Amino acid sequence: MSKVAAIKPDKRARTLITPEGLALPLTLAARGARAGALIIDMVIIVIGLIAFQWVMQALFEGVMEGIGFESQQRVPGSAEFLVIISVLIGFAAWYGYFLVQELGPRGATLGKRLVGIRIAARGGARLTPEAVIARNLLRDIEVFYPLIALLILVGLSSQGEDVGALGIVLTGWLLLFLLFPFFNRDCLRAGDIIAGTWVVERPRTRLAAVLSTQGAATSKGASEVTGVRYDFGEAELSVYGERELQTLERLLRDSQPDALKAVHATICRKIGWDPGAGDERAFLEAFYGQLRSRLEADMRFGKRKADKFS
Amino acid sequence: MKAPVISSWFGRGQVAAPPDIESAALRSDRFRLEREGDWRRLEDILARMERGGLRRIADADLIALPALYRTAASSLSVARETSLDAATLAYLEALVQRAWFQVYGPRQGFIRWFRGFIFGGWSRAVRSLWLDICIALFVMVTGAVVGWLLVAQDEAWYYRLFPAGFGEARVPGASREQLLATLATENSADGLSAFAAQLFGNNSAVCILAFALGFAFGIPSLLLLVHNMALLGALLWLFDGQGLVVELAAWLSVHGTTELFGILLSGAAGLHIGRAMAFPGKLPVLDAAAAAGRRSAVVMVGVVIMMIVAALLEAFPRQLVDGTSGRFVIGGTMLAFWLSYFILYRPRITDAAAGADAA
Repeated sequence: MSKVAAIKPDKRARTLITPEGLALPLTLAARGARAGALIIDMVIIVIGLIAFQWVMQALFEGVMEGIGFESQQRVPGSAEFLVIISVLIGFAAWYGYFLVQELGPRGATLGKRLVGIRIAARGGARLTPEAVIARNLLRDIEVFYPLIALLILVGLSSQGEDVGALGIVLTGWLLLFLLFPFFNRDCLRAGDIIAGTWVVERPRTRLAAVLSTQGAATSKGASEVTGVRYDFGEAELSVYGERELQTLERLLRDSQPDALKAVHATICRKIGWDPGAGDERAFLEAFYGQLRSRLEADMRFGKRKADKFS
Repeated sequence: MKAPVISSWFGRGQVAAPPDIESAALRSDRFRLEREGDWRRLEDILARMERGGLRRIADADLIALPALYRTAASSLSVARETSLDAATLAYLEALVQRAWFQVYGPRQGFIRWFRGFIFGGWSRAVRSLWLDICIALFVMVTGAVVGWLLVAQDEAWYYRLFPAGFGEARVPGASREQLLATLATENSADGLSAFAAQLFGNNSAVCILAFALGFAFGIPSLLLLVHNMALLGALLWLFDGQGLVVELAAWLSVHGTTELFGILLSGAAGLHIGRAMAFPGKLPVLDAAAAAGRRSAVVMVGVVIMMIVAALLEAFPRQLVDGTSGRFVIGGTMLAFWLSYFILYRPRITDAAAGADAA
C-alpha cells in the first residue's frame, strides 16, 4: 500500500497520527468543493433571511393595520419589537449558522456536508470552539464585506455616480482572499491560518463483500460453468504483485464483463495459458484467491512484492 | 458476541448476515469476518452520533465507543500487515478516521464552552493580551490627540472627518445652545430599542473588522483605531470651543466606557494576531498565528457581548438620564465593572477550562 502511494503521490494526501500511534490517511478538500460548499451555504442563508424578512414585513404591516396606524411620528411598540427581532435574528443567522454547525459532531455546515467535506484541526489536534469562532470571524473580511461593498458600488455606478478607483481596490481585496488557498500547500484560507484548521474530505466507504467466500475463490471452489477447478503453480503466481492484485480486486467488485474478458486474456498470455472463453469470472476469482493467498503468506514472513516489476 | 447482540447492532436490518467464517479461504478474510461485527457496531454508533448528538445514544453504546474505536484501530494496523484486501483496508481507514473525529472531537458543546467563557475564560484571555491592549490604548489616545490637533489647526479637517450631513448641528461655529441640544435626552423610550439593535449591529461589525484586519500584521487594525479616535478628538475639540467638554464626556461615558473598551479589545486582538505573525518567536509562523488567533477569538466573543451592553446603554440610559453627574455615575460604574472583571476576577482553573486553554 504505502509503496503504491509513494509511486503516485497525491498532492492532497496528508497523514494524521492518532494518539494510538496509528497513521491515518487524510485527503484535503479540493478548492472547488470548498467554493461549492460556500456558495450553497450563502444561498441557504440569503434565501432564509429573505424569507424571514418577508414574513416580518407581512407581520409588520399587519400590526400597522391592526392598530389603525396613521401618524408618521411614532412607531408602536409591537412594530418596534419586530424590528429588533429581525436585526438580532439577522446577526444570529450570519454567525450562528456556521458556528453551531461546525461545532456539531459533523464539523460541517449544510453546504460542506452536501459536498462531503468537514473541518478539522491541523496536525491532528483537537478541534476547539475557539478555532471555529476564529475561522468564521475571518470569513467576513475575506468574502462578505468586500462582496457587499462591491455590490453597493455597482449599484452606485449604475446610477451614474463616479466611484473612482475604489472598485478596483475592492476587487483586488476580494481576489486576494479568494485566491489565498492557491498560494499555500494545504489550501488554507486566511481564516484557516488564524484558527489552525484545515478542511478535509469526509470518507464514506461501505464495507464490501468478502471475496474469498464467493465462487471460485474459495479453497475448494470450482467453476460453476465447467466444473473445472483452476490451480495455479508457483511460476504462474509469481508473475504479479500487490498492485496487480488490487487492480484485479477492483475489477471483480465492479464485475464489468468486457473488462473481465480483457484482463482474462492478458493474464493468460502472461502466464502462458491458452485463453478460453465463457468462464472468465471463475478463472479470475480463482487466480485472485490463490495470488492473494500466496502474497499474504509471503507478507507474514516480511516479504512483500509491490508490483510485477519488483 | 452472540447472534442476538449482533442483530441489535445492525439496527435497521439493512446489512446481510456475514458469511460463515469457516468458509473463507484466506486467513486475512477470516480475520475480517471475526471482527466485522464490532466494526459495524462502531459504524452504527458513529452514524447516530453524527446525526443527532449524544442524547439519542444508549449509555452502553457510549461506554463501548472508546473500546470499539481502539478495536478498529488495532484491526487496521494488523490488517495493514496481513491483508491485501484493498476494499477492507479503505473501509477501516475511513471508519477509524470517522471514529477519531468523534472520540477526539470537540469535547464541549457551545453551551458548556460559553459557561466556562463567562466564568473565567474571558478575563483570562483578556489578561493574556495585556501587551497588545497597552499598545492599542496608546494608539487610541494618540489618535484622539491627533484628531484634536488636526481640527484645531485647520477647521477644514472637521468636515473631512465628518462629511457634513444635512441638518447636522454639530459643526464648527455652532452655538452653545445648539450643541447642548444634541446632548439632551429623549422624552420617552419609544423607538429607542430599535435604535439599540441597529447600533449593536453596526458597532459589532466595526469591531469584527478591526479584529479581522489584524491578519495584515495588525497595521489596518491600528489605522482603524486611529481613525475612530480622531473622530472623537475632533468632537471633543468642537465642544471644548463652547466650554462643554465635561458635558460631552459625561454624555459619551454612559456607553462609551463600554464601547471604547470593546473597540480597544478588538483592536488589541487584531494586533495580537498581527504581532504573532510578524514575530512568531520560536514557533513556526502558522502555529504562532493559530495560537494567537484562538486566544483572540475568545476576546472577540466577549467584545460582541460588550457591544450588546453598549448599545443598550446608548439607547436607553444615555437618551433618558439627564445631568452630568448621573451620566458619569453610570459610565464610571460600567468602567469599574469591566476593569474589575478583567483584572481582579481570577477563578481557579478547572480541568475542563485548562484543557480548552491548552488546546
